[in-house]
Amino acid sequence: MSITLNSLVQIALFLGLVLALTKPLGLYMTRVFNGERTWLSPVFAPLERFLYRASGIDPEREQRWTGYVIAMLVFNLAGMLLLYGLERTQQWLPLNPAHLGPVESQLAFNTAASFTTNTNWQNYAGEQTMSYLTQMAGLAYHNFVSAATGMALAVALVRGLARRSAEQLGNFWVDLTRATLYILLPICVVGALVLVSQGVVQNFNAYTVVHTLDGGLQVIAQGPVASQEIIKELGTNGGGFFNANSAHPYENPTALSNLIEMLAIIGIGAGMFYMFGRMVGDTRQGWALWAASALIFVLAVAVALPAEQGGNPLLAHLGVNQQTSALQPGGNMEGKEVRFGITDSVLFTVTTTATSCGAVNSFLDSYTPLGGMIPLANIALGEVIFGGVGSGLYGMLMFAILTVFIAGLMVGRTPEYLGKKIERKEVMMAALALLIGPATILGFAAVASVSPLGLASLTTNAGPHGLSEILYLYTSSNGNNGSAFAGLAGNTPFYNWTGAFAMLIGRFVFLIPILAFGGSLVGKRVVPAGPGTFPTTGPLFVSLLVGVILIVGALTYFPAYALGPIVEHLLMLAGRTF
Amino acid sequence: MHLSWKLLAREYLRPALMLTLLLTLLLGLLYPGVVTALAQLLFPYQANGSLRYSNGRLVGSELIGQYWTSPRYFHGRPSATLSDDGSKAQPYNAENSGASNLGPTNKALVQTVQQRIAELKRENPNAPPGPVPADLVTASGSGLDPDISVAAALYQVPRVAQARGLSQETVRQLVLNHVQGRFLGIFGEPHVNVLDLNLALDALQH
Repeated sequence: MSITLNSLVQIALFLGLVLALTKPLGLYMTRVFNGERTWLSPVFAPLERFLYRASGIDPEREQRWTGYVIAMLVFNLAGMLLLYGLERTQQWLPLNPAHLGPVESQLAFNTAASFTTNTNWQNYAGEQTMSYLTQMAGLAYHNFVSAATGMALAVALVRGLARRSAEQLGNFWVDLTRATLYILLPICVVGALVLVSQGVVQNFNAYTVVHTLDGGLQVIAQGPVASQEIIKELGTNGGGFFNANSAHPYENPTALSNLIEMLAIIGIGAGMFYMFGRMVGDTRQGWALWAASALIFVLAVAVALPAEQGGNPLLAHLGVNQQTSALQPGGNMEGKEVRFGITDSVLFTVTTTATSCGAVNSFLDSYTPLGGMIPLANIALGEVIFGGVGSGLYGMLMFAILTVFIAGLMVGRTPEYLGKKIERKEVMMAALALLIGPATILGFAAVASVSPLGLASLTTNAGPHGLSEILYLYTSSNGNNGSAFAGLAGNTPFYNWTGAFAMLIGRFVFLIPILAFGGSLVGKRVVPAGPGTFPTTGPLFVSLLVGVILIVGALTYFPAYALGPIVEHLLMLAGRTF
Repeated sequence: MHLSWKLLAREYLRPALMLTLLLTLLLGLLYPGVVTALAQLLFPYQANGSLRYSNGRLVGSELIGQYWTSPRYFHGRPSATLSDDGSKAQPYNAENSGASNLGPTNKALVQTVQQRIAELKRENPNAPPGPVPADLVTASGSGLDPDISVAAALYQVPRVAQARGLSQETVRQLVLNHVQGRFLGIFGEPHVNVLDLNLALDALQH
């Protein structure tokens, strides 16, 4: 295969940077969620106190898992209604220089569900649909708070594992506020300015009218992009200001901006593994999860990169030079940008789907069948490979529980995790959480692929690729990812409704068994490790964990993928088109 | 659990509504406002779209590709953008960015690329024979790619040189002078910014 040394160096350096960020970010987040003072406290502590006072919150009072869940649901419902209201009334509100009308009701509902659930699935083109006000106060607001919600829930679950014989998991309002003020906001202010220095726009100008040298006319969309771009990545949201998302040169103009965006996507997820280890009193526990993530990440790149760099054989027959060289990136360049080439495109794609981000710097629908199967599979595995902010950690912990359960079955002992006995109720909750995704994805996809309403949207691509598009839509929606095989015309009543439900189930229904699990664990005593305890830190555990993630994923999805990307790959090699 | 309405209002509704309101003000208005102010102060050129002027006239953005048709200019990549209402093709529409989303086994992709190759060869009769650079016949992700590969620029040198009455060596040297390398020699791909190169071409002959 034509993988260059430069590709390998880029991948190694990227993973090295993720490794370097993990501990400092994890330590900082530990302090923030333990309620300790940080170096930003002089700035934000007064604001924090003001928010609690004005909202009638007693920061000292903690909640049981039920209270925590209700607070989370009520808060998210309020934000979802506000966003829906903004979309429907933007034509009467300020900051709308392009005079965009109200967002149509079903699309507005889908978008409100999408941004509340941290999905950022977009059945619209931003620059043609959303006013500057809706983008900032509606969409970017949710980019912050949906991320903070995910982090809060992960921390609550970790407290369930870390505390002994307790009842409370923490205070949702406090976790949410501190995640926002101390973690997301400061990184965003600095990150946004760095992105502007690279060329990401940040203005409230009307769209620019240009008379080109060649005698043409071009209207260039503008806007407050950088402030939204950085939280879109950092909060693993992924909703682009522009339709072309991070492929748009005003969202992602250079290789450096691309690197910063990738690190922003993956940084908090990686740091949360360290935070977890720290909070349960053994950082090796966190590093074990980190190592499992890194292994699967490398595996994903190892499949997708050769597939894309190898190019499309159907085009090679026509006389297209897809060889990589010092003069051109080569490979499958349909839907990709020259400044990123193949390596930075594939690396971004794996990063954005290993986590729950869903921002794209290249268009996945035009990937080769195997190259496109990797993002699909990454999301379907549960986005636990470093994972979304918060959601990656709690998803990975469910797999860890499943792993110790299976290991326990092998030797015939009651499984333990971090000294707590994993019994019937916990295993049921973990299994339930892990089954919700496949049931939603395969259920909706089955209906869509046989119903005329579902098939009518296959307006761009036919054949097995059409099935891949449908699978991708529900996988991405349920996984709260938001990336798309965008050839499918998603802005129809059928997909707006079913997609929105897949997103809401994937977020909120998934979370209830997880917090119930945390609530059940928090009351348990810790039993000291004995000779029969399966250690959850060594290479044995890491390989078992990787095995469980991959086997569960393969058993669940192989039949569907065999009919989609896999058969398309074989037919492409045979020269078939559709 | 004793869930009374009063409890629900005090414990959940009030914090939810007040935090929603206050955080919307902070994150939705104050934050982008402050970032805009700082960006306009520190990086006014970039914050306003990296707009380029020639002889005092606005000629485009360095970062946003344009639709070039004259043989006197280097051309960018194919663009799959549509008109604002989505009804017809409008290459390099910077109000409606987007990709073709054609799948790898789509007949339309194969046919479109075939047409592009034929057209490219017709426009560049003196270009080296053989396979054409991939980026010149595939549509970019944004539809606004401002760059082409070095190979794609060199491919067009004979045509541009002939149309302008310049020697191929002069134009070739100009291309090589405008290659932007990898960041730190490692990240990204070497590329040529088409507007930048075309502005330099015009400057050469003034």
